[in-house]
Amino acid sequence: MNRHCRHLLHFVSAASLALIAFGSPLANAQDTSITVSSTTSTDQSGLFGYLLPQFLKATGIQVKVVALGTGQALDVGRRGDADVVFVHDQPAEEKFVAEGAGVERVAVMYNDFVLIGPANDPAKALGKDIVAGLKAVYNAKAPFVSRGDKSGTHAAELRYWKQAGLDPATEKQSWYRDTGSGMGPALNTAAAMNAYILADRGTWLSFKNRQSLKIVVEGDAKLFNQYGVILVNPKKHAHVKAVAGQKFIDWLVSAEGQGVIASYKIGGEQLFFPNATKK
Amino acid sequence: MSLIGESAAAALQLLLAGDSTLGEITRLSIAVSATATLVAAVIGFPLGAWVALTRSRLRSPFVVCLNAALGLPPVVIGLAVYLLLSRSGPLGALGWLFTPLGMIFAQTILITPIIAALTRQTVEDAHVDLRDWFTSLGMSTWSRMQTLLVEVRFSLVVVLLAAFGRAIAEVGAVMIVGGNIAGSTRVMTTTIALETSKGDLPLALALGVLLVSLVLTVNACAYVLKTKLEARHD
Amino acid sequence: MTELIAPIVSLRRVSFRVSGKTLLEDVSLDVQAGERVVILGANGAGKSTLLKLCAGILEPSAGEISSAPLREQAFIFQRPAILRRSVLDNVRYVLRNRSISEPECSARARLALEVTELTSFAQQPAKTLSGGEQQRLALARAWACQPRLLLADEPTASLSPAAAREVERIIQAVHATGATLIFTTHNLAQAKRLAQRIVFLDGGRIVEDRPASEFFSAPQSGAARHYLEGETL
Repeated sequence: MNRHCRHLLHFVSAASLALIAFGSPLANAQDTSITVSSTTSTDQSGLFGYLLPQFLKATGIQVKVVALGTGQALDVGRRGDADVVFVHDQPAEEKFVAEGAGVERVAVMYNDFVLIGPANDPAKALGKDIVAGLKAVYNAKAPFVSRGDKSGTHAAELRYWKQAGLDPATEKQSWYRDTGSGMGPALNTAAAMNAYILADRGTWLSFKNRQSLKIVVEGDAKLFNQYGVILVNPKKHAHVKAVAGQKFIDWLVSAEGQGVIASYKIGGEQLFFPNATKK
Repeated sequence: MSLIGESAAAALQLLLAGDSTLGEITRLSIAVSATATLVAAVIGFPLGAWVALTRSRLRSPFVVCLNAALGLPPVVIGLAVYLLLSRSGPLGALGWLFTPLGMIFAQTILITPIIAALTRQTVEDAHVDLRDWFTSLGMSTWSRMQTLLVEVRFSLVVVLLAAFGRAIAEVGAVMIVGGNIAGSTRVMTTTIALETSKGDLPLALALGVLLVSLVLTVNACAYVLKTKLEARHD
Repeated sequence: MTELIAPIVSLRRVSFRVSGKTLLEDVSLDVQAGERVVILGANGAGKSTLLKLCAGILEPSAGEISSAPLREQAFIFQRPAILRRSVLDNVRYVLRNRSISEPECSARARLALEVTELTSFAQQPAKTLSGGEQQRLALARAWACQPRLLLADEPTASLSPAAAREVERIIQAVHATGATLIFTTHNLAQAKRLAQRIVFLDGGRIVEDRPASEFFSAPQSGAARHYLEGETL
């Protein structure tokens, strides 16, 4: 055989062996798995890392979570690229079902938002009232970081400003920083700028780069953040794994699933409060 | 300064502990980028050689397109591939979105222009001294392509490794197309992005060090290989 | 009666222009099979261009050329084109290019190396050979193809006298197989040794085209006389 042919053959064999050795992660066990699109804040709270192995043990179904902003997560569901969506923006979720993109919205759990701010609290926002806290930030023109990414957290933030009768985003106030980013990066930015920011408690508890930030407002009922789970409509996208997806939803609202949710803690603190309606 | 110190310590710990998730992530990174490199080479080597040798009128527009494609941002490629592979998109039936196959597809698109452009340059340079002789032998463009690709084989190894380095270091395309799913499409670059966004900077930096070391080692091997093999011949 | 065999190379009123410069003007030439023709001239006279036109490597700007098909030719360049492979593989390359398969391919290649005394270098990387050895390799490739027409462009210009004589020997061996020989050179002694016929170029035109002995003993044109004096000084 020609010397070059031999070299090429050696190379191809080596490459194949390498791919077999390294490539096993490429062969995904596709049999029983579903794709769930959810939000970055939910994912980064660590809930899925805790919850999904238990679901796998109970049902043998592997759940692959694509973590995005709420808007994008619902969009992925609309396009049929996920089997189930699991987000926390009730109006958007109801619209999703009304459009026919999802089958039914099922309430699962809630967590809460907290207003984070610098330790020395220059705006004097400290308290139990979110609307009052935001008014204080506005009046003091203190730096404030917004996620600006159509996420559930961003939608909540805009709601609270509206309730305070203020609109720093449209007014383009210079102290109001729209970063267009996920919860983690936005917190990083707030830490670096020593700014105020609305965050979900889960991400805050797991966030390691706090620098001089602390919780300034918490416990206001308005800050509760309701989660809903929806099966993507198999009538619109025939390939959706409706049976396995429904199993996931049923498990989440079952006594067992709700119990697992309640038992998830960070630093001894419970993050999510199950509230599925008993049928 | 303490951040850098912390990160260095964390990096060392990670590497020595041989953490299994880290191993999985690294293996997937290598598998995805290596496969993409091989597929891109199968397309890019002959493509680059053809552009170098052809005298067709298509040559100049092709060269312009190739060079422009070098500058395509990975995140734009990621978006385009995402729309292609979405179930609502033209290639949705493949089911490649949010899987390693989709990531390989996206990275192949990313690095084929690199391989083609570098191959074109290398083959063109080698052709200069051999052109008249080829003409005197009455060789077709296709034969010249084959001969020249074999002739510049050592440089092609370096081209392959440059492309691999580019693929394994990018984050835009694999993030969008893969979805950064824990346990199935999470690679080194997307994990670095994730850990940074979570504020876990020491871990992110540790992974960054690992990635850079990997790319450095690969390139060092390429360099040694090329110089040793060339020395035998020149 | 003269035999009516077509010349192996025939140029009719050929001109060659490139980038507005005229390198050759109104050149006509017939070369019969088996001749040994040497093209002489000062630098820039158009020798290489004329040679390449004879081979059919260049297309004329005007006029007609008929030449032996490329498959029956071999061209030797002043700096030999060497591939990054072994000496033997370099020879086998041109044979495989002519669709000659094993085992004949290797057999002819080895024979060509014997003729050019390169057998001991067979497995060595061809690029490690000296200039003279590489030119012999180029000739080995030519030999292996059994050409009817051998063209060489200053084949010994960059070689030592000993290496040059080796190359000349092989060229003569190729000619002895019945091939026609056309080459260019600056080396008058070499031209005197090898040529039967001289074609002398000046400023892109053929100024003299005569049997070698006549040319060297009694050049007719001023340009040729000038050239010969210059070269012998």
